[in-house]
Amino acid sequence: MNLNTFKSRVSVLWPPIAVGIGILALWEGAVILFEIREFLLPKPSSIWGELRENWEVLRHAGWETGKISLGGLAIGIFAGVLFAFFATLFRFLNEGLTPLAVAVNATPIVALAPIFNAWFGVTGSVSNQLVVATVVFFPVFINTAKGLTEVHVNEIELMRSYAAGDWTILREVRIPNALPFFANALRLVAPLSVIAAIVAEYFGGPQDRVGNVITSNAGLARYDVAWAAIAVASAFGLSLFIGALLIERVSTPWKSAVQLEETTKK
Amino acid sequence: MSEKNAIRISDVDKVFNEERDDEVIALSNINLDIKEGEFVSLIGPSGCGKSTLLRLIGDLLEPTQGSVEVFGKSAHQARIDQDYGMVFQHAGLFDWRRVAANIELPLELHGWSKSDRATRSQEMLDLVKLPDFGGYYPRQLSGGMQQRVSIARALSFKPKLLLMDEPFGALDEMTREHMQIELLRIWEETGTTVVFVTHSIPEAAFLSNRVVVLSPRPGRVHSVIDVDLGQRTESTREDPSFFGAATEIREALRAVEEQE
Repeated sequence: MNLNTFKSRVSVLWPPIAVGIGILALWEGAVILFEIREFLLPKPSSIWGELRENWEVLRHAGWETGKISLGGLAIGIFAGVLFAFFATLFRFLNEGLTPLAVAVNATPIVALAPIFNAWFGVTGSVSNQLVVATVVFFPVFINTAKGLTEVHVNEIELMRSYAAGDWTILREVRIPNALPFFANALRLVAPLSVIAAIVAEYFGGPQDRVGNVITSNAGLARYDVAWAAIAVASAFGLSLFIGALLIERVSTPWKSAVQLEETTKK
Repeated sequence: MSEKNAIRISDVDKVFNEERDDEVIALSNINLDIKEGEFVSLIGPSGCGKSTLLRLIGDLLEPTQGSVEVFGKSAHQARIDQDYGMVFQHAGLFDWRRVAANIELPLELHGWSKSDRATRSQEMLDLVKLPDFGGYYPRQLSGGMQQRVSIARALSFKPKLLLMDEPFGALDEMTREHMQIELLRIWEETGTTVVFVTHSIPEAAFLSNRVVVLSPRPGRVHSVIDVDLGQRTESTREDPSFFGAATEIREALRAVEEQE
């Protein structure tokens, strides 16, 4: 990275950071100024205090919930990509599966959590991971299938004019064409997986996870601890999102290539 | 130009959605011979089947009736033998491959070694006057530059037949005229046979040895116009012989319109 790109990255980063700090300051000030009671809305400084106080519990909860998100992500992404390939290879499957997937995707899948608990038990992580996997599956499947099939007809004709077969077209055209679509889905499902994990945890499962830490502390009116747990979950969701962005950057370098000025006219 | 036929189209009909309610007769009773090294344009109103005819030659579609022979064999065999280079209005460069890698794609598929590919793609970049752009991504290039890369890719494996479907249709007028001159230069250097689909009367007149005027619904050959402008330069566009050819094509297209 040279100095100029460093400067431009800093100039992109500082406004959201400044706004974020501003909002925290306003929040802190408002709670003090309007004498809002701590159980309604704790000050950011109290949340920070609880975060440090309960760090061991929260770190452990974050780690356990993180494993559920990541496990669910892995299963959901794998299944989504696999089905996308099937849907591309067998057109009838695509025609039947895609509208169905769009419909299912519009239903609130986390609502299935209690049912999954009944099916797979509440003692382990399987039930919660499967909720996450189901939430992750549909966007990954729909987007990847779209990327694999929405190829310009001229590009297919071109490949056929080189006497290329279906497998070569899949490898050289469809898969690279699907990469940005997949990356898009990844950016969408990475934070979604944390949300799904926590909501699934609200419905039961081991007590040492973020979802349960939030519900049990809220039940005890220890709202600042609940907020601290939310902060941990947000940080994890944000880091997954950044990870997805990085994967997008690395896997689709042509997306970030800068348009040239027309330098030669002849 | 030799006297040998590059393409022989005999009694070809093309029907889409045969025996269905939405059946369309795209082409009817087409007979056309194109000689090796010839530059032939297909022109006609929309719906005349000129793109369909191009795809029949390229074996991207099969005729319903009749036969298409390319270099004395079936169009299918010619495609398998990689005799075709194709250029479309949509440049069709692959975003994820750098310019040089795009040009090398057909070579890669044809099993060329890496060093041969690199040598050839540089030659082709020189030919289309983009010698320093091999390392860029297609999106970084202007429309005209992308279309030149597309031509370079089509010519990279020295195909005997170049099929072009409105390749300059999306370009602005000045770029288009530059590209026409470039294409003629490349055509003269490589001696390849060109079949060129266009909407543009001046483009057909400027580029072609022969212009095939098609009439629509169903697509038929209305007339074939010979053009001989000799060595073409920018000043040819202001020459009476060029206007004469353009007028002849225009009158044929008017006659086609009146027929309807």
